[in-house]
Amino acid sequence: MRAAPPRGRARRGRAQRWTAVAFLAPLIVYLLLFYAYPLYRNIELSVHDYTPRAFIQGNPEFTGLENYLKILSDDAFLSALRNTALFTLGSIAAQYAIGLALAVFFHRSFRLSAALRAMFLVPWLLPLIVSASTWSWMLNSENGIVNAALRAFGIGQINWLTSPDTSLLAVTIANIWLGVPFNLVILYAGLQNIPADLYEAAGLDGAGAWQRFRHITFPLLRPVSMITLLLGLIYTLKVVDIIWIMTRGGPADASTTLAIWSYREAFGTGQPDFSPAAAVGNLLILIAFAAGLAHVRLQKESA
Amino acid sequence: MNRPSVSTRAAVFGTAVLALAACASTPPQSGSSSGTATAATSGAYTWWDPYPQHDANSAWAKRVQTCAGQAGVTIQRTAYDTTALTNQALLAGQEGNAPDVILLDNPAVSTLADAGMLTAMADFGLDTSRFDKNLIAAGELDGKTYGIPIGANTLALYYNKKILDEAGVDPASIKDWASFDAALKKVKAAGKKPITFAAIGTEEGSFQFLPWFWGAGAQLTQLDSPQAVEALTLWTSWVKDGIAPNSVISNSQNTTWEEFLTGEFAFAENGTWQINSAAKADFPTGVVQIPGKDGGVAPTPTGGEFITVPVQKDTARYAVTKKVLECMTTPEGLVETGTTFAYYIPSTAAGQEAILAKEAALKPWVEAVRSAKGRTSDNLGTDYPKISEALWIGVQKALSGSASPADALKAAQAQAKQATGN
Repeated sequence: MRAAPPRGRARRGRAQRWTAVAFLAPLIVYLLLFYAYPLYRNIELSVHDYTPRAFIQGNPEFTGLENYLKILSDDAFLSALRNTALFTLGSIAAQYAIGLALAVFFHRSFRLSAALRAMFLVPWLLPLIVSASTWSWMLNSENGIVNAALRAFGIGQINWLTSPDTSLLAVTIANIWLGVPFNLVILYAGLQNIPADLYEAAGLDGAGAWQRFRHITFPLLRPVSMITLLLGLIYTLKVVDIIWIMTRGGPADASTTLAIWSYREAFGTGQPDFSPAAAVGNLLILIAFAAGLAHVRLQKESA
Repeated sequence: MNRPSVSTRAAVFGTAVLALAACASTPPQSGSSSGTATAATSGAYTWWDPYPQHDANSAWAKRVQTCAGQAGVTIQRTAYDTTALTNQALLAGQEGNAPDVILLDNPAVSTLADAGMLTAMADFGLDTSRFDKNLIAAGELDGKTYGIPIGANTLALYYNKKILDEAGVDPASIKDWASFDAALKKVKAAGKKPITFAAIGTEEGSFQFLPWFWGAGAQLTQLDSPQAVEALTLWTSWVKDGIAPNSVISNSQNTTWEEFLTGEFAFAENGTWQINSAAKADFPTGVVQIPGKDGGVAPTPTGGEFITVPVQKDTARYAVTKKVLECMTTPEGLVETGTTFAYYIPSTAAGQEAILAKEAALKPWVEAVRSAKGRTSDNLGTDYPKISEALWIGVQKALSGSASPADALKAAQAQAKQATGN
């Protein structure tokens, strides 16, 4: 049958292929325009020396990997990398732990649990500028409510945002608060998919609450947990707004992450430095990409 | 016949439209040459400024339109936020569709001029000799003037008269750092908060530090000179001794002002733009100039926007631009701009006389502007933003206690040197 298809069918097959391509085309054009081109442009920016003059006149000097070398050898790089690691890992670990605890808590539906759960989503609904500004007021050294509360317990003034020892911690706390709802929602949805009869059976076998969590909830939640952590990682790596609003990456460079560094080079000073900013941005993309690959790898292993 | 189905044709058509849309976005307004030509004859001039707070019905917008009307055109005005404006200007320069006039924050002028996107004032015959030398200096690059100041603002020390009276401090006694320090200590002894300023890690932080830096005799070309260390040591000691609150490290100038308005602070370092707000405060206020270390008035940095004229393909447009610019900068025009903006000090001697005749109380500010200094002056030009970044990081290090003033400034100088390549 396949050896000698009638002519009409061949024609129809070709037409079908064209239809398929045509239906795909909008998507491909969209991907090229909004994903491939920006990525290409970012790489192009990072391997040239785009001063404002070169940016306007369109004649940047090709410098190869010089921007990357400059960044890797900069004193600020190691501290920014360390800050990024602390900020990202600290944030997602705490967000996940708190989100999971709350999801398990809300899973046993009780009166008002829906209303309470809805309230936990508030951080998600607030515009970032509002929550970040509110956090920076609360953490103000002299007049913040946090220090006022601590004073009531006899703890002296902590310069949350203005001391190099605590500013990274302060922005991490604010970011954890922001990320809990996302973890809560996804993990809660994941919990709904765990069959109730498993718990029943475990209960009959005499498993306690902790054992049920340890041997049923946690393992069965693994795929959902992994995607939550991956999304959290990618999202947190590129956080700029909350840190920028609260500390500007300061004092000095104490809370400067790679994302903040990139933003500051490009838009934070009087003179835009697009090329190093793009280079830092590309490093971030690489890190996120590596995390994505690790995720795929882990998923294959567990499957 | 080999006719594609309707759905195929529809899809192909859709793709073509998308592709066209994609192409249309890339060439910089290919139709704009003819577009601007017709626009010129119909009189639409484009104007960007960083004053989104002044809408189309504001006194400012009307003034712009009046000047446009006198030149026989109407102006399409677009307002951006200050930092967004510089980025928009760069993009417009790249695409070759810059507006006829941009009001730029003064440190940005040399950056855009260096990029080759601004027309020198002399190129269309605008006389710049009327403007105060110290003010227009920020618009100069390699001997050419690329912008004219529409007014100037600068910093001084606002004081809370009630607190000073209670503490027995006479503002007139502040002549140098020693007498100022004594005044601050007296306030502290009286149980009040002495001073607040902004040391945020942005340009604002450098802006606020410069009067002390220059007042000690330091130069921006040498961030770690002994004079610079003295200036930073002064600020650091204030934070360490509780003369200034710790939050100054993250304070913007606005936050600083909010703190001053609570009535708890004796002094606040702030700018001309707060004159109206100070008059409305719940307590009597006054202004003293920032003292130099060994007496006299410290040079303060000038702030304020410059009128710049981006390069146009159609050079015939400059004639109208020139008329608009001249209209905006007559002595009366400058006074009007000054009062519209609560308060901008006029940038020409004639304008300053005119505003003083109207409001004698502005005298300390006019004097402060006369002794002020452009940040990009001393031929720093496009190096200034890099030096400034190193400086504010150094200031933050010292104030937050992560390095001594001397070490912080040594690192700052090394960073500035690396960034500017000098």
